Order: sequence, then structure tokens, then C-alpha cells
Amino acid sequence: MNPVNYLYLAALLFTIGAAGVLIRRNAIVVFMCVELMLNACNLALVAFSRMHGNLDGQIIAFFTMVVAAAEVVVGLAIIVSLFRSRHSASVDDASLMKL
Amino acid sequence: MENLIALLVAAPLLGAAVLLCGGRRLDRAGHWLGTLLAAASFVIGAVLFFDMLGRGAEERELHQHLFSWVPVEGFQADIAFQLDQLSMTFVLLITGVGTLIHVYSIGYMEHDERRRRFFGYLNLFLSAMLLLVLADNYLLLYFGWEGVGLASYLLIGFWQHKPSAATAAKKAFLVNRVGDMGLSIAIMLMFTTFGTFTFGPVLAATGETSEGMLTAIGLMLLLAACGKSAQVPLQSWLGDAMEGPTPVSALIHAATMVTAGVYLITRSGAIFNAAPDAQLAVVVVGAVTLLFGAIVGCAKDDIKKALAGSTMSQIGYMILAAGLGPIGYAFAIMHLVTHGFFKAGLFLGAGSVMHGMNDEVDMRKYGGLRKYMPVTFVTFGLGYLAIIGFPGLSGFWSKDKIIEAAFAKGGTEGWILGAVTLLGAGITAYYMTRVMIMTFFGEKRWQPAPDPDKAPSAEPGVEVHPGEMPHPHESPRSMTIPMILLAFGSVFAGGLFSLNSAFVNWLKPVTEFEHGHPPISAGAVTASTVVVLLIGVGIAYAQYGRRPVPVVAPRGSLLTRAARRDLLQDDFNHIVLVRGGEHLTRSLVYMDHTLVDGVVNGTAASVGGLSGRLRRLQNGFARSYAVSMFGGTAVLIAATLLMRGV
Amino acid sequence: MSALAAANAASTGEAVQFWVLGTIAVVGALGTILMKKAVHSALSLAATMIILAVFYLANGAYFLGVVQIIVYTGAIMMLFLFVVMLVGVTAADSLKETIKGQRWLALACGLGFGILLVAGLGRASLDTFEGLGTANAGGNVEGLAALIFTTYVFAFEITGALLITAAVGAMVLTHRERTERALTQRELSERRVREGKHLPPLPAPGVYARHNAVDIAGLLPDGTPSELTVNRTLRARGQIRDVSRQALADLAALEQRAQERLGRGPSEPQASRPQGRKEENAQ
Repeated sequence: MNPVNYLYLAALLFTIGAAGVLIRRNAIVVFMCVELMLNACNLALVAFSRMHGNLDGQIIAFFTMVVAAAEVVVGLAIIVSLFRSRHSASVDDASLMKL
Repeated sequence: MENLIALLVAAPLLGAAVLLCGGRRLDRAGHWLGTLLAAASFVIGAVLFFDMLGRGAEERELHQHLFSWVPVEGFQADIAFQLDQLSMTFVLLITGVGTLIHVYSIGYMEHDERRRRFFGYLNLFLSAMLLLVLADNYLLLYFGWEGVGLASYLLIGFWQHKPSAATAAKKAFLVNRVGDMGLSIAIMLMFTTFGTFTFGPVLAATGETSEGMLTAIGLMLLLAACGKSAQVPLQSWLGDAMEGPTPVSALIHAATMVTAGVYLITRSGAIFNAAPDAQLAVVVVGAVTLLFGAIVGCAKDDIKKALAGSTMSQIGYMILAAGLGPIGYAFAIMHLVTHGFFKAGLFLGAGSVMHGMNDEVDMRKYGGLRKYMPVTFVTFGLGYLAIIGFPGLSGFWSKDKIIEAAFAKGGTEGWILGAVTLLGAGITAYYMTRVMIMTFFGEKRWQPAPDPDKAPSAEPGVEVHPGEMPHPHESPRSMTIPMILLAFGSVFAGGLFSLNSAFVNWLKPVTEFEHGHPPISAGAVTASTVVVLLIGVGIAYAQYGRRPVPVVAPRGSLLTRAARRDLLQDDFNHIVLVRGGEHLTRSLVYMDHTLVDGVVNGTAASVGGLSGRLRRLQNGFARSYAVSMFGGTAVLIAATLLMRGV
Repeated sequence: MSALAAANAASTGEAVQFWVLGTIAVVGALGTILMKKAVHSALSLAATMIILAVFYLANGAYFLGVVQIIVYTGAIMMLFLFVVMLVGVTAADSLKETIKGQRWLALACGLGFGILLVAGLGRASLDTFEGLGTANAGGNVEGLAALIFTTYVFAFEITGALLITAAVGAMVLTHRERTERALTQRELSERRVREGKHLPPLPAPGVYARHNAVDIAGLLPDGTPSELTVNRTLRARGQIRDVSRQALADLAALEQRAQERLGRGPSEPQASRPQGRKEENAQ
């Protein structure tokens, strides 16, 4: 098996995650899909790291994880406060910016 | 000595500033201050004059450089003065006659509560005019030129509570703007052609410039002169300008405003000499205006308007003379000076008559005034004799020379011009005799004063009781003394100037001079002038002296009716300019509505419609935006791949 | 495993592992986006992430593999689950699309994007895999540490600052300062009197013998449920269980049984009770 398959898998997961972001309305699920996309990227980075024979890809994947953790913390806090004020976690309900 | 030149301008300017900014505290002494400063300017002028006489003919030109106005690389505008014989003549005329008019106004405006302001404007007028004639470059001249326009606007509209005065002021200002446009274009042309607008270099460089450019400059200068000097086709403001107080009319007509055009053409003589086409245009304008003004003067019953027509005609003489070139410049200026004397005297006399007749201006309601106003009668009469060119008086000397010079132009042109000037002299004699007879001779045709409610008194402050018959009386001394002094000028100035050709020799270094040689002898010209003059007087006497003058004007011939309406000048302007302008504007508005607005509105509507459709994309759902973003990313990737693939 | 990774092609064992686990990962990902309940989505995602951790290990990223399990599967997913609990663990999302055309657009974009990615990968020259044999020679963690604390030290510090900022931000977002004194019992009761409604305390939730029945509305005399009896939070989440119909059914069954005992009417004795239970569980 060629390790390039990992990249195909990453592309597939990323696409699934993106579709999920577009389709789901529950903000938490949307968030999970974003995480899925990030993970797909990480997988690609790790595979690239293997391909090039150095550890920079893994370092970047590591930073991605850290940033993702920070993002999840803030994002979930936003969802919680949104839920508190609207009693709903649907992203469609937060559509005040329409004309 | 040259340091005094700026004081000439500064003295009245100071007066204007103090009087206009000083407020009511100066109400009691303001007119004295104004008169004093005008007189001071005259004294300085006289000192400079005698100083100038003391020097040789070629050393008489003085320059004073005050400061650099706009010092830019390649564009040097200076506040600098040039005092030569031509300017000197004007300075003496402006300050001298101006001062007399100031003195006269003390009495004339005595009851006007805004007298201080009036004197402020008069001083401003003098200072602007002095700046005009003393400037050593066209730009500063333009400054003075606009100052004169402003001051005339303020003075003509001095009784601004009268709608007619306000309208007349606006009209004068607007018509003058047309001329000013010509001057500013001329100055721009000069700058592009010569790189400077100082008189010396510009006039010296005319030899090396193409005739076409000089013609263009000359025509633009002529347009400017037409505006300021009320020449056809920009003459229409002069008659309405009579709405101002009479001293203003005297000032405008005799000393300041209308002479500016003659000054401009004479000063720019070198340009016109090198551009025969422009010179021809000047002559034509002068000749047409000469007859135009004279015919208008014949028909007017309003004494001031008749005099206004006369002014137009006399300025026409000057412009014509100036258009004749070196054979005419000196005579143009000479006529200007003598005209300054007798026209100022005539206007002041007219003012005096109105003063005594409850501000009645209709000559048909005068009559027989010589017994009641002897001083006015004598001074007015001397002015009258001077203007019709009665042999020996001022007007004779100057006008006769102009007629001679017109004949001396040579060829058919010379004959035509000579005939026109002769005819003009005859008509002048006719209408001035008419004014004289209707005002001072014949039986009394006085009317009771009109009801002020129906026809507001022309000049406020004069107490007029409705229904009261006028009590003609001689005017106070402050009004008669200037008239007497001016009468002296009217009688003797021309003779003095002609003694040994003194005036011509005086101006010769500035304006050049060559003797014209008329095809018929000078004596014959003089004789025919006198004959024409006598014919004019005779006809007028036959029409107005022998028969009673009707109080209500008869219908008159077609020409008379046209002349009463200023030969339809306003109708012409209305039809050609106003209506034409309206039609042009309407069509432009139509174009604007259909074409421009169509394009603009169409664009706006299509953008609006497109936006209305586009805004549906803006539905507020984050997921929709995410789809767009995602789709956009996909497109970018596709584009990248395609580019890489190629 | 590191020795294998050095080769251009992976070993057969890795291939088997890839195909088996990869399939499960994709199924998990699809589950994440297709499950109705958020908690199921979260569990599917956790499965995918664990599989990804295994893949990291397989690719020689030992440190990342462990971190993936600890941070992602351990911390982040738990955080998700906490929030899901807070929002309502039983609430199921409707998968019906409300924005017109959104689903088709999303699918088209997703498909197009995926095809483009795959096409891009296919065109790229990715034939030579050097493997991490030399890079991991001194140990994977040591290699990473050497990079982090030299080349990437600033990025490292900045991400640290980012984490702290995020923590503070989360606190600020969710923390609510009381701007006024809390109302006392007395003031609350006075307000109730002033407003003129619910003078007595709110009614207790319907105690229905078989349940810990806080989420079951008490029944009014006519047998309909009264929402007032249920906690406000549960009401907001729509988590009230309605047993009124069941109660009526039970009543009917009781009557039937009584009649049966008395020897009257048709006999269907046991049917109603299990049926009611089933219905209850389904909710």
C-alpha cells in the first residue's frame, strides 16, 4: 500500500466535515465537524511529515491541536452563552444580520 | 517723489475703510472726513503734477514698487504703480472732479441718514479708479477695474429699498461682468503670449507678436472697454444706473467709471496700433454708440436719462478717437477731460434742479426755472454750450479735433466716420438744446408732488408733502460752488489745452502722436461743425421753443418710441439673451432629464435591481455564507489546478 | 513500525490496518454528520479521532498519537459532551433542511471539492516517501522537542499565550456578574402577590409512581398535564414527558380489570400495561 492513501483519507474526511458544517444546524455538531476537518488536516500533515522525512509537519499538527483546543474552549463558551440567551443551539436562529 | 503715488490711492481707501467700518460714531463728521481725504488725494496729485512739470518730457514717468503680490517662479504679480502723463491726467480729473462731487454731496445727501456710508462708497470708488489708472500692470489694473465695478454696484443700488435701484445695480454689475470677462481673458492671453502683464514689457513686445494674437487681445480689451464704458452692445446698464443718487451719476459719467474703457484702449495703444482689425472694431463700436446714445438722448423725458444718453454718445466719440490710432489718442483723452468737466457740471445741475423740484425728473414737468435757480441756470447753460461744442468753449476744442481726426482717417472710412461724427455733433446740439429749453425756458408746467404711497419719493430725506406744488429754490452753497468751479472748467479747459497744442504735447511721450491730414481743410471742418451745430439748435428751438411743450408726452414716431425704450436695447437683450438663454437652458434641461438622467437613472435602476436580487443571497444564515465560501474555495482550487495543469 | 515507514510502500500489516480502520473512520465521520442526536455525533467523532490516533502512530508520529488521544479524545470531546449535556442530551435535531437549496448546494460543493482534492492529489508527484527513520532516530519526542524549543520557540510561546487568552475569554463569555442583589424569598412572594398570579407555590410535578418524575407534568383534574409543575429548564428544552394519555389508558385498563374480576365484559387483561411502558421508553 502506498502511504499516499492517508492523504486520500484525509481529503475524504475533510470533505465530510465540510459538508457537515454546511448541512447541520446544531451549533455543537457544526463545531464537531470543524474539529473533524482540523483532524483531517492533521492527518495530512503527519502523512506529509512521513513523506518528507522530517518532523516539521508533526510540529505544525501539534500547533494545530493547541489552537484547536483554544478554539473549542472559546467556541463552546459562545454556544453556551448563546443557548442561555436564546434557549436554542441552532445556528439558523442567530440570523439577525439578514436584511 | 514717487513714494507719494501710493498715497494717492491710499488716502481715499483709508477714508472708505474708516467710514465703512467706523460705525455710527462717525455719522456726524463722516462726510467731512471723506471729502477731506478726497481733497488730500487731489493735493497729492497736484504736487506730483507740478513736480512732473518740472522735469523733462522724457523723464516724467515715475514708478513705485510697493511689494510683490504673487511672487511665483514664472508668474510675477506686483503691487506697483506707474505715474506718467496719461495717468497724471486721469489722477487730476478723478481727484479734482471727485472732490467737487464730494463737496456737492455734502449738501445733496444732507437729509439721508446713511450719508456716512455714501461717502465711504464714494471714497472706495475714487480709490478703485485711482488704482485702475495708476497700476503698472494689467493684473493690478484688473483689480482696480473690479473695484470700480463693486463701488458702482454699491452706489447705483444705494437706495436699495427701491426695487428699481436694486435691479439697476444688479444689471450694471452683471453687464459689467461680461466686459470683465473680456479683460480677464485678455490678461490671460497676454500672460501666455508675453509671459508678463506689466505695461512696459507687454507694449514693447507688440512688434514681435503675431497679428492674430494681438487682434484677439485687442478684441477682448475692447469687450472690456464696452462693458465699463457703456458702449454698444454692453450699453444697457448706463440708463438704469440713473437710479443712483445724482452725485453718483455725475461721478460715474464724468470722472470715474465710464472713462476706464477709454483709458484701457489708450493705454494699450501699442496693441491696437499693431492690430488694425481690432482698431477697426473699436472705431465701429465708437461710431455706433455715438449715434445710438445721441438718438436715445433725443427721446428721453427724464433729465438724467437724457444726460445718460449724451454720456454714451460722448464716450462713443472718445472710443472712436481712440480707435483712430496715434492721430486720435490725445484727442480722446482731451475730450475725456473736458467732458469730465461739463458732464459733471450738467449732472450736478440736474441734481440741483431735482433738488428744487421735489425730485421730479420728468422735464415735461419743469419749465421756466431760469428765474428761480439762477446759479444752476448759468452753470448748466455753460455746460450746455460746452457740450454742444459752441465755439470757444471746452467741448468745441476737443470735439472739433476728433471730427478732424475722423476725416483724417482717410479713404471711404474717413468720410463715413467724419460724417457720423458731424451728424453726432448735430444731434448732440439738438437734444441738449431740448433739455435746456424744456428745463429752464417756456412756461411753468409744474405738477403737484405725487402721493408718496403711490409713487415713493425717489430720494428719501427730502420732505415731500403730497399734493404740494414745488417751490423751486436755489440749492445751498455746498452744491452751487462745485457747479461754478466745474463751469469754469467747462468754459476754459478746452482752450487752455489747445493753447500751443499743450495737451497733445503733454501726452505725446505716452500715447504717441501724429498729425492727421484731413482731406478737407481744418477750417472747413470747423465751419461745417458750427453749421451742423446751429442746425441742431435751430430744429430744437423750432420744436420746443416756439411751441408749448405738452406735459404728457405725445405718442411720437416709431423711432421716438423706440428711442424712449433705449432703442429697444433691453428688448433686444431680453429676446436674444434672456429668451435665447431660456431656450438653451430648457433644451439643456430636457437633455439632462432624458439623456443624462436616463443614463444615470438607468444605471442606478439596473444596479438597484441587481442589488435587490443579490440581497436575497444575504439571508443572514451563517450556513449559506459558509456554502459560498466553500464553493469559492473549490473554484480557487480548480483554478489553481487548471493553471498548474496548463 | 518505524523501519517499515522508511520503505516506499507500507507493509501488508499496515495496509490491512489502514483499510479496516480507515473504513471505520469514514463511517464515524459520516455518523458525526448524520446522527440526529448530538451525543451520538460526539461519540462517532470520538471513534474517528481514536482511529486517527492510531494512524498517527502508524505514520511514526508517536507523540502526536498519544497527544491526540489525551487532548482530543480525552479533553476536547469530553468538553463537547459536557456542553451537549448542558444543552440537552436527549434533544434530537431535525435533519429537515430549512434553507432552500442549501442541502443540494452543500452536497454539490462538497462533492466538487472532494473530487478536486482527490484530483489534485492524484496529479501531484507523491511517489517518494522518505520515511521518518532518520528523523526519529533520536526518538520522536526528543526530535519534536528539539524543533519546538529552537525553530518554533516563538510560535510555541505564542500558542501558549493564545491558550491562556482563550481560557480567560471562555470565562468572560460564560461568567455572568450579578448587577443587582438577588431577590429574597419575601420579595419574591410579595411580587407574586402584586402580580396576582400563582399566589401559592408552584404545584409539584406529577408524581407518577413508577418514575423519578421531575420531568413529568402533574395532571389537572381533567387529566391534562400542567406545564407549570415542571422545572423551567426542562420546559425550555422541551423535555417534558407527557403521560396523560397513558394515565387515561391505565385508568381504562383498571376499570376493565375490575369489570373482568366482576365477571363482566370481554377479557384483554394484560395488554395495556406493557404497551404503556413501551411507549414511555420510546420517548
